[in-house]
Amino acid sequence: MKRHIICVLSLFCSTFIFAQSEESTVKKDTTFLEEITVIARRKLSNYRQEKTLSSIDDYLEKSNKITMIKRGNYAWEPALNNMNSERLNVTIDGMQIFGACTDKMDPITSYVDVSNLQKVSVGSGQEGAENGHCVGGGLDLQLPNSKFFDSGLKTSVDFGYETNGNYKTTGLDLEYSGDKFYMNADGIYRKSDNYDAGNNSEVIYSQFEKYNISLQTGYKLSENHTLDANVIYDKATDVGYPALPMDVSLAEALITSVTHHFNSDSTLVNSLESKLYFNTITHIMDDSKRPIVPIRMDMPGWSDTYGFYSKAKIQKHKHAFSLNFNGFYNRSLAEMTMYPNDSNQPEMFMYTWPDIRTLYTGIYAKDVFVLNENKTLSASVRFGFHQNKIAEEVGLESLQIFYPELNDSKNRFLSSFSTDYTFKKEHFDYSFGLGYGERAPSVSEGYGFFLFNSFDNFDYIGNPTMKNEKALEGNVKANYHKNKLHIGIESSYFHLMDYIVGNIDNTLSPMTIGANGIKVYNALAYATIFDVYVNASYAFSKTISVNGTVGYNYGKGSNNESLASIKPFSYLAEFNYNIKRFNAALQLEGNGNQSKYSNFYGEDETPAYAVLNLNLGNELYTKHSKFLLKYGVENILDTSYSTYADWNNIPRQGRNFYLNISAVF
Amino acid sequence: MKLKYILPILLFALFLNACSSDDDNNDVEEINEVEGLIQIQEITNTTHTIELFNKTGEFKTGYNAVSIRVKDNTTNSYVENASISWMPMMQMPTMQHSGPNSNIVKEIGKNTVYVGYIVYQMTNTDGSGWSLTLNYSIGGTSFMATDTINVIQNDTQNVASFMGSDGSNYIIAMVAPNDPIIGINDLKVGLFKMESMLSFPEVADYTIMLDPRMPGMGNHSSPNNTDLTYSLIDNMYHSDLSLTMTGYWVLNMKLMNSSDTLLKGEDVTETNVQSSLYLELEF
Repeated sequence: MKRHIICVLSLFCSTFIFAQSEESTVKKDTTFLEEITVIARRKLSNYRQEKTLSSIDDYLEKSNKITMIKRGNYAWEPALNNMNSERLNVTIDGMQIFGACTDKMDPITSYVDVSNLQKVSVGSGQEGAENGHCVGGGLDLQLPNSKFFDSGLKTSVDFGYETNGNYKTTGLDLEYSGDKFYMNADGIYRKSDNYDAGNNSEVIYSQFEKYNISLQTGYKLSENHTLDANVIYDKATDVGYPALPMDVSLAEALITSVTHHFNSDSTLVNSLESKLYFNTITHIMDDSKRPIVPIRMDMPGWSDTYGFYSKAKIQKHKHAFSLNFNGFYNRSLAEMTMYPNDSNQPEMFMYTWPDIRTLYTGIYAKDVFVLNENKTLSASVRFGFHQNKIAEEVGLESLQIFYPELNDSKNRFLSSFSTDYTFKKEHFDYSFGLGYGERAPSVSEGYGFFLFNSFDNFDYIGNPTMKNEKALEGNVKANYHKNKLHIGIESSYFHLMDYIVGNIDNTLSPMTIGANGIKVYNALAYATIFDVYVNASYAFSKTISVNGTVGYNYGKGSNNESLASIKPFSYLAEFNYNIKRFNAALQLEGNGNQSKYSNFYGEDETPAYAVLNLNLGNELYTKHSKFLLKYGVENILDTSYSTYADWNNIPRQGRNFYLNISAVF
Repeated sequence: MKLKYILPILLFALFLNACSSDDDNNDVEEINEVEGLIQIQEITNTTHTIELFNKTGEFKTGYNAVSIRVKDNTTNSYVENASISWMPMMQMPTMQHSGPNSNIVKEIGKNTVYVGYIVYQMTNTDGSGWSLTLNYSIGGTSFMATDTINVIQNDTQNVASFMGSDGSNYIIAMVAPNDPIIGINDLKVGLFKMESMLSFPEVADYTIMLDPRMPGMGNHSSPNNTDLTYSLIDNMYHSDLSLTMTGYWVLNMKLMNSSDTLLKGEDVTETNVQSSLYLELEF
């Protein structure tokens, strides 16, 4: 026995020594498959990000892989690889945060604004599992890094105006940066009236008003240690949802965190980042602005999350390890009170989310191993323990109507694995990856109680007995660039097992007046989702360039029905003109006919469309300040259209002239 | 170092203290056998005072569970060996009738309390009309006490009297749930046949089909209800009643006799929003 131990030990030591003697050629590029959208607001950028004051939603929509599902002009829901919120892991700087609306009217991207963030990192499939479990991918909205620049006080102001919807935006940003202390305060205010679709037809209930303030401050404790604190307060009022029977009178979020950073080149652990966080969301739906409704109702919801994470990075020879230990505790509660038209009858009340407590702890590890100059192999795993508990006795009793044997808590173990191989040469690179991931049903999918979905006009009932949804994925990516030409292809294939979807139960009668029936969440044996994007760009000269992207998506379930919300054939072409301090871009963007729409899941066929946009930008300098002007026309031809991702075919904006002015002092 | 030893002792002491604070002066009091109940009325004769109790302190139309105590007026003590029967009576302009009622039995585990139930199928708008006569014997001696009682109209229809297609008159009354929950409730219903003005025996082995609806919200139903079936244990009808939210519910019913002939009630459809046989519930 002893000999065995010695043997193993010496073997271990020898590999260690062997490894040490290798040349250290690790490159920092560990995020190859990740797509990062940098929120470079006050810079001239000729690549699709035209407005300084674009909302987060606008920014995300410009990203290749992300589509935004729209229920109105505000709070769009991001979808990645044709999968939306439940199948994604969306975090704010690694912090878990969950919307408080049972009808997904408040994706968490609606609670932050561009002024809060530095970049959005998009991980497709299991590449997105760093902060939590997902099957479709992960989106991390990253807060700015510490700013010990010693640059003193900097002030910026932004103004924006758009003709369509009389949309006004104002932003103010104050930043003080010393070498041991910094502080950044910013605020942004947005207000829009109803917008007009093509041909000047007003889309009623598409107004919104919101403001967002944030404060970030940091102190350098010593050479290696810093402490940062961040508070974001976001409040939207009077938000209309033209695609839904209700609006939102309040969507309020308080997002707070304290982060400790440790950085050192001389220790084993190169960096250690630990965060404690808390966020709370209040979301109040009401229908008081709607003149005619079958019945008046209030639907408030609350979501509180407490959590932590600790991320370590270890750079050792050819290996770059990262570890992430994290956990959170969430409380989701939503209720519904209906007021009968006959005032003699009492109010009707139910819990739509019966105070569901979710506890999660998990650990993630990733190793990027540089085989040689050209080849990199990486592998990652995540394991976690996930528990749901119904805290409200009334809620448990409610759900026992459907599941008489139901217990108040359910434990799940979740796992995720991925590996990918990257090859890079001067003129081309390619990578392919394999992944396996699991996710627990969301609160709505597991515990929702008569949640009305206006997309297919069904009431949904959660199903706590469902298995974890599992995804097996493969992806390939290849790029070729030579001289002024660039061609890239990117494709993912997902085989999802126990794919969660609502199934019509004909024996049940709907609660919502006018609903078609009841769907109970259940699992298809499997579903497949496939997407492929080809992009190309060519630079004729330093000033003139063109680029274009085409995409194709496919999704089918084991019942041989097309899945819902699968993007049809899409394309985007852009012509750029770019000189010092001025740029211009003309864009053509469109979708093909949605021929593979899912009648079975309540979709109708969305016709093809194409829109033309023109964006211009100027940069001006004075002695002490910089001005940035961005202006243009969206939907130049005033096309009347809606996309597959628009609920109830609510038409999108018609022609819109916009102007953004930014000044930095 | 020392704290390590002191802390557990301190905590233990605290714990002991917390536990022993309550039950100091309870054992002196007499056991109140009608605790939690409210007196509805006293009916007196020269020898005894008969106290009537229930949870609300009033009689309402529908099913009323009643607790009874008989007090000896001379000794002021409660009689433990009475055998009691009763007869509720409604005085109508041209006739009088009784209502369904149970035998009165000693409540299990109690010395002085007797229990039974009465179903009042109707009342006058001012609560008048009913009287209650109690015949009881103690040690071989018979006594009688009678008085008018006040029966208030219940807010919802928790009792219905109707004529079946077989020509007989029936009374149906909801017994439970008293405090409905959002969830699956044990629905308990009494079914009685009016054999005469004074006789309302329980009906056995019929079936009552159940379809709860919410007229205030598109007349939607609820899932996983069962039909009411007869139980020999309490001679009542039982079923699962699922209520998906609070509010006003109409329990639509269809009554079938033991040979599955429809006696009363219709299916709820788009055109027929309510059965002619129904009870109401509000919470």
